[in-house]
Amino acid sequence: MKSFGSIRRNFAPWKDPAAKPYIEFRNVTKIFGDFTAVDNLSLNIYEREFFALLGASGCGKSTLLRMLAGFEEPTSGAILLDGQDLRGIPPYRRPVNMMFQSYALFPHMTVEANIAFGLKQDGMPKPDIEARVKEMLKLVRLEQFAKRKPHQLSGGQRQRVALARSVAKRPKVLLLDEPLGALDKKLREATQFELMDLQQDLGLTFVVVTHDQEEAMTMADRIAIMDKGQVMQVATPAEVYEAPSSRFVADFVGNVNMLEGEVASRDENRVVITGASGAQITVEHSGDVQPGTHVAFAIRPEKIKVSSKQPVGTGANAMQGEVWDLAYLGDMTVYHIKLDDGQVVKASSLNSARIHDDPLTWSDRAWISFTPDAGVVLTR
Amino acid sequence: MAQTLDQTAAAQPPREGEGLASFIRSRMVILVPYLWLLVFFLIPFAIVFKISLSQSAISMPPYAPTFDVSAGFSGLLDNLRELSFDNYLWLLDDALYFNAYLSSVWIAAVSTFFALLIGYPMAYAMARAPSSLRMVLLMLVILPFWTSFLIRVYAWIGILKPEGLLNQFLIWVGIIDTPLQIMNTHTAIYIGIVYSYLPFMVLPLYASLEKMDFSLIEAAQDLGCPPISAFWKITFPLSLPGALAGCLLVFIPAVGEFVIPDLLGGSQTLMIGKTLWNEFFANRDWPVASAVAIVLLLILVVPMMFFQRAQARAQEQER
Amino acid sequence: MQGKLSRFNIVSLVFGFAFLYLPIVLLVIYSFNASRLVTVWGGFSTRWYVSLFSNQQLIDAAWVTFRIAVISATVATVLGTMAALALTRYTRFRGRFLFSGMVFAPLVMPEVITGLSLLLLFVAIGLDRGMFTVTLAHVTFSMCFVAVVVQSRLLSFDRSLEEAAMDLGATPTRTFFHVTLPVIMPAIVSGWMLAFTLSLDDLVIASFTSGPGATTLPMRIYSQVRLGVTPEINAVCTLLIAFVTVGVLTAAIVNKRRDLQRQRDEHAALRG
Repeated sequence: MKSFGSIRRNFAPWKDPAAKPYIEFRNVTKIFGDFTAVDNLSLNIYEREFFALLGASGCGKSTLLRMLAGFEEPTSGAILLDGQDLRGIPPYRRPVNMMFQSYALFPHMTVEANIAFGLKQDGMPKPDIEARVKEMLKLVRLEQFAKRKPHQLSGGQRQRVALARSVAKRPKVLLLDEPLGALDKKLREATQFELMDLQQDLGLTFVVVTHDQEEAMTMADRIAIMDKGQVMQVATPAEVYEAPSSRFVADFVGNVNMLEGEVASRDENRVVITGASGAQITVEHSGDVQPGTHVAFAIRPEKIKVSSKQPVGTGANAMQGEVWDLAYLGDMTVYHIKLDDGQVVKASSLNSARIHDDPLTWSDRAWISFTPDAGVVLTR
Repeated sequence: MAQTLDQTAAAQPPREGEGLASFIRSRMVILVPYLWLLVFFLIPFAIVFKISLSQSAISMPPYAPTFDVSAGFSGLLDNLRELSFDNYLWLLDDALYFNAYLSSVWIAAVSTFFALLIGYPMAYAMARAPSSLRMVLLMLVILPFWTSFLIRVYAWIGILKPEGLLNQFLIWVGIIDTPLQIMNTHTAIYIGIVYSYLPFMVLPLYASLEKMDFSLIEAAQDLGCPPISAFWKITFPLSLPGALAGCLLVFIPAVGEFVIPDLLGGSQTLMIGKTLWNEFFANRDWPVASAVAIVLLLILVVPMMFFQRAQARAQEQER
Repeated sequence: MQGKLSRFNIVSLVFGFAFLYLPIVLLVIYSFNASRLVTVWGGFSTRWYVSLFSNQQLIDAAWVTFRIAVISATVATVLGTMAALALTRYTRFRGRFLFSGMVFAPLVMPEVITGLSLLLLFVAIGLDRGMFTVTLAHVTFSMCFVAVVVQSRLLSFDRSLEEAAMDLGATPTRTFFHVTLPVIMPAIVSGWMLAFTLSLDDLVIASFTSGPGATTLPMRIYSQVRLGVTPEINAVCTLLIAFVTVGVLTAAIVNKRRDLQRQRDEHAALRG
């Protein structure tokens, strides 16, 4: 297998103002009866991108995918693929293929016939179909299962047949609806990397819908976090995690502590936030925020340091509390510290040493501390 | 062979013919069976109703006025003027018809009750049987349903008649010394109906009992409910939809049953299906037969609507 | 709901099935009775079966019945499948309530009413009564049974199969014939079998809608039964029962085999 590291390393067309988007959602709205599934949504996806739509069920991510495939028409707005408006084009004429959540393998056809199905619809010559099917079977390592029916395969094999079938036509875009949802955890993790390699190998644009944030973070170049039919943030996995744009995104991805308060004062790139109890923290923030604004400081548990003694010097923010709860997870320990103002803060620390002289335990007094750049200030 | 939009959509505008074909096809799927049922199911009822308002006549067809489209609109008006409710008054006048309706409903109700009494324990036992046995038992319930109704009713004649197998057996055992008169009584009809319609009772009951989660019973018992009372408080209420469907499937056709009262009930039994048949085939009085059918339909309309409602609800649940 | 059967369960099963099967078993046994007196055992004999084959009336009636059953079951299967598709795929169209009412009502409609109303229709439009009218009548009531059987299969049908086919470039027509139809085929086949036996068994509707020269087997049997129980009738009935039972059991065994094979395959797939 070739290494695609160098390609992925430099792949960032969204940063290039001259790059033309490959898929464009322009003010797309989809209404079912009195339910608005997608609400005036605009989104650009670039060629060869591995793009993930992440959100809870009912957020509109599947509807977005189904509109791209042609199973639903937008109520208003336009969807463009490679500059071409897709409105009115039925699913069987779109150069887009989908891998279904249920796999939707035709139960009365063999693996081979399933993979050949789409090619036959195009009227491809028979020898070409055979060659392509062979190639696909090799790609997903199912050569010896060609003559089997879907029910004679294991879950992982079925998933690979579904994948082979949907890429056999070399679509411009491959849509994947919860592609790994039906697999067990171990298989899922292995398959994530296979999917990434496959995408690079074939040079296709992938749009994947998932509710599993780990899956989205592992595979995608960029993630769109969706809620109530709208895109809350589109960014790389690292940005989504480290620089969420709103309370919703910060809360949706990973664990987070929200320290709520009012802006007391600000200078060039720092603000001072006063909490409900009067405790003040000083954190980095470059955006424009007026004193008196209600904000939240979002900080991830692993960015908070827990210690039994007051940290000295360093200019870090420090607060005192009591160990309310703790969970030893092996690689790390998670603390719930109840601060003196009553708020409970989650903090995790890596157990890099095997033996602690004086481990913190229930009801101990403890200090938490974090640096000014350890979190982000959120106004939304 | 990468697909491109130019090949698929832009260069070839969607073919008109195909769009049209798929439009017609999708409507055809509804239209063809719809029209068939309108012509062969609904319109016939309108004709039955119309003829029930006509006078009996000695001709072919034996009623007047007949439909004559060539007479035009005025002819149709003349026809309408000749229509009358005489046949319905006749039904009211003659106690025979009233009694026939009443005893049909009564016989159907009693038979439905006994079918439930026999069918429920069967369905319950089937639902509790190990799954390997269950398919065999289900097959055994369905099999008689495939065999001819007429034959199954006929089989009882040889058993129930005075010198029949049942009496021979009972005398041989020594329970009785003179043959029981079962043939040509209501008892024979009850037996016939329960026997013929038992699968219709068992199948919906089994379906609703089999779906039930047995851990519900375990939960009830765990919470201190003894088995008998767990049955009445949990199992029975949950199986009521199945029981209702089964009862309707037995009751409705049983009210209008003809073969069973005719073959097992003898000449003395009054059931409306038999009365209708006699009016039609023996008396050749088509208008009165039609009136009998309309009144029978009116009696059954309410349970039939119940049935359709239950069907629709069951369908919704499966969705 | 599974578990061990209590004594009460076993008793109710034994009693119930004895009730269902004893009359048929007795009928079959007595069809081999040598005596003309049907209720007195006079030794084993197949003479009644032999005499059947020289009864031209019965053979004619059987042939008429068979032809009606094949044709009406086939037409009813097409119409019933369409009705099932209409009911499951088009949740909203004008007159849907009436339509579903017309599909379900014939299932419970007393046969005397259906028979009478169809007869009056045929008279009103001046259609000569005979095999053709019986066939029309049988199509009408058996298509509703087919519709119910096919509909229950369609309700559990995974629609993403059709979407997948279209996504891969199959037009709606091709999708229907290459994916939908093959997948629901078992239900369509059992619908056909049901329609076939319903037509084979029907007495009441056929009596109303039939004309001279189109006497079906049940009509022939009925007219003889009214004169009393005879060993010949027992023999005819036994043959009919055997015919239907063999058909139904074959279908069931084929199905069971397929299921078992499927289960074995699935187990193998899980292991390998």
